[in-house]
Amino acid sequence: MKLKIEKQSIKTDVLIVGGGIAGMQAAIASAETGTDVLVVEKADTRRSGCGGMGNDHFLCYIPEVHQETLEEAVQGVLKTMEGPWQDLKMLRILLSRSFEMVKKWESYGINMRPTGDWNFEGHTLPGKVRHHLKYAGFNQKPLLTKQALKVGAKIMNKTVIHNLLQDEAGNVIGAVGVSLEDQEPTLVTFEAKAVIITTGNSLRLYPGFNPAYLFNTDDCPANAGAGLAMAYRAGAKLVNIDIPYLHDGPKFFVRSGKATWIGLLSDIDGNNIGPFVDVPTRELGDPTAEIWTGVFQEKLENGTGPIYMNCTRTSEADLQHMRESFISEGDTSINEYLDQYGIDLRKSMVEFGTYECSLAQRGIEIDERAQTSVPGLFAAGICTGNAKGNITNAAVFGQIAGEAASAYARTLNEQNNNLVEQHPLIAQEISYVQQFLDRECGAHWKEANTALQQIMKDYAGVKIRSGNLFRAGKKYLQDLKRYAEKQLMASNGHELMRVLEVMDLIDVAEAVMLCSENRKETRGECHVRSDYTFTNPLLDDKFQTICKVGDHVQLEFRDMEK
Amino acid sequence: MPPMIDQAKCRVCGLCMQICPLDVFTKREEKIVVAYPEECWHCRACVIDCPAQAISMRYPLSHMMLHIDLEH
Repeated sequence: MKLKIEKQSIKTDVLIVGGGIAGMQAAIASAETGTDVLVVEKADTRRSGCGGMGNDHFLCYIPEVHQETLEEAVQGVLKTMEGPWQDLKMLRILLSRSFEMVKKWESYGINMRPTGDWNFEGHTLPGKVRHHLKYAGFNQKPLLTKQALKVGAKIMNKTVIHNLLQDEAGNVIGAVGVSLEDQEPTLVTFEAKAVIITTGNSLRLYPGFNPAYLFNTDDCPANAGAGLAMAYRAGAKLVNIDIPYLHDGPKFFVRSGKATWIGLLSDIDGNNIGPFVDVPTRELGDPTAEIWTGVFQEKLENGTGPIYMNCTRTSEADLQHMRESFISEGDTSINEYLDQYGIDLRKSMVEFGTYECSLAQRGIEIDERAQTSVPGLFAAGICTGNAKGNITNAAVFGQIAGEAASAYARTLNEQNNNLVEQHPLIAQEISYVQQFLDRECGAHWKEANTALQQIMKDYAGVKIRSGNLFRAGKKYLQDLKRYAEKQLMASNGHELMRVLEVMDLIDVAEAVMLCSENRKETRGECHVRSDYTFTNPLLDDKFQTICKVGDHVQLEFRDMEK
Repeated sequence: MPPMIDQAKCRVCGLCMQICPLDVFTKREEKIVVAYPEECWHCRACVIDCPAQAISMRYPLSHMMLHIDLEH
C-alpha cells in the first residue's frame, strides 16, 4: 500500500496531541484566550481515553467545605492513594485550582453534585478528611468535546501524531503524523507555535492477566506511550519511569475503579484482612489495598490468598449506590457482567488481583506552567511524571497547559512555512512509515508487542531486578527494535497505527530499562534488586530523570520539590 | 466476538465505527462488521451510543470474573 501524502501543512497556534480529559481541558482553556487551537486525536474525543466512559471521584479541596488550610489539605492527601511520591509544589497548585475546575465542569453540564451537595466519598482512612468529590462523569467526554467546539477549538479525529518537528535551536515548531480517516493512510504535517502532549498512560508495555488478550487492561489500551516516546525522541526529560505503577481490581475482568467498590477485602472465609473497616459504607470503603499495596500478590504467593472484594456486609442501599457509581465511573461493563452471569454480590465475593505494570503518572517532566524541558512543548495529565491526582491532574494541568501554551504562542512571530514543510524529518518519516506498508509478508504487530511484554516482565519486571537482568534486557530490546523495524508489516491504516504504537512502546521500554538500571538500590515492593538489597537514604527525596542529548542519554537524580 | 451487531437493526450510520476508542469496527459491503474483536476493551461506548440499539456485548471467557459464594 502506498502512503498518501498531504503536501500542505495544517497550521495552528497550539497543537494538542491526544483528546482525553487533559487534552480537551487544554483546548478549552487555550481557545478561551482567542488562540487558534487544534486537538488531534487518534480515535474520537467523545469517547477516547481513560475517562472516555466516565469517572466518579474528583480530588478536590473546597476551603469552605473542608474547613482546613491548603497546607492541611496537602498533608491529608499525601496520606492517601495519591501518596508522598510527588513534587509538593505541583500538589499545591493542583489542590488550589481544583474547585475552580469543578465549577467549570459544572458549567459545561457535567453533574458534579448528584446528591445536590458537595459530597465527598471514599479514598481515605477512618477519621481523616475526605477529598474525593463523588460526581457522575458518565457523559464527561461528550460534554468536554461540546464545550471545546463551542469556544472555537478545532478537532481532528482518527489521526495519529508520531513525531515532533523542531527547528535548529530545538524549539518545537510542529508535528508529523498519519490520518486514518480512510482505509489508506495519509501522512499529515502540522505547523504550530506550541504543542501540548496529553496522551495518557502507557499500556501494553507489560503483560497482564491473560497475555493472549493484550487489550484486557485497566486503563484504555489505545494509550500506548506515544507522548512519552515522541517527547523523549525530541530531547524532553522524562521523570519517575524507573518504578512502574501497579493497580488492582477484579480478576480476570480488568477494570479501573477499585475505589468505586464498597466492600471489605476478605480471605476465602470472608474474614477481614485489613484493620481499617468492619462494615463498609459509601463514605468509607476498605482502604486496605491503598495502604498495603501488593497485598494480592503477596498473599497469593504465600498461600494465604486469594483475596476477595466482599460486599456481603454492605447495606442494600450502598450496594445500589455502588451499581449507580459504576455507571458514573464508566464501568457499565461490570454491572452487565454481574447480571449476565447472575453474580449476586449479597452472597458472592469477587476475587481481586494485581494488574499489569503501567506508567500512569510517570513520564514527561513539567514545571508549574506545564512546560517541558523542550521550548514550545507542554504536557498534562497522566503522561506526566511529577504531578499526581489523576482526573484532577488532567483537568488542572490541562487548563494550565492551555493557558501557558497560548501565552507562549503569542510571544512568537509568524513562522516560515518552509521550515515545517521542508523539514528533513518528514522525508525520514515517509520512508519509515512506507516500509511497513510495503511489506507483503512479514511480522504482525502483535508478535512484537508480546515479545516486548515478555522482555519487560523478565528483565525489568517487579519480582526481582538486577544489573545483569537489565544488561541482558537492554540488549534484547535493541534486537527486538531492529527485528521489528525490518519485519513488521501493516496492510491498512488500523494496522499501521498498531505498528507505530509498538515501535513507540519499545522506545519507552528502553528509557525505562536505563532508568531502572541506574537506580542502584531497592525501593518499595516494585524495585527489588538482588545486587543492591538496601534502600539508599540519599535517594529518599529524589526523582530520577532521563533525557537524550544528541546521541547520548543523560540520567540524573534531582531533589523532589517541597 | 465481543461487540455483536444485530444486522437487522443496524442502520449503518457508522457512529460505532467513528467513536470506538480501539477502532474495532469497519465497513464491508455496506455493512458494519467487527474487524478486530480481540482489540475490544469492553468499554461499551458502541452499545451505549448506538442510536438503533443494535449492538450488544459478549464477554470472552478469558475475562471471566472470578467469584465464590460466601458460606455463612
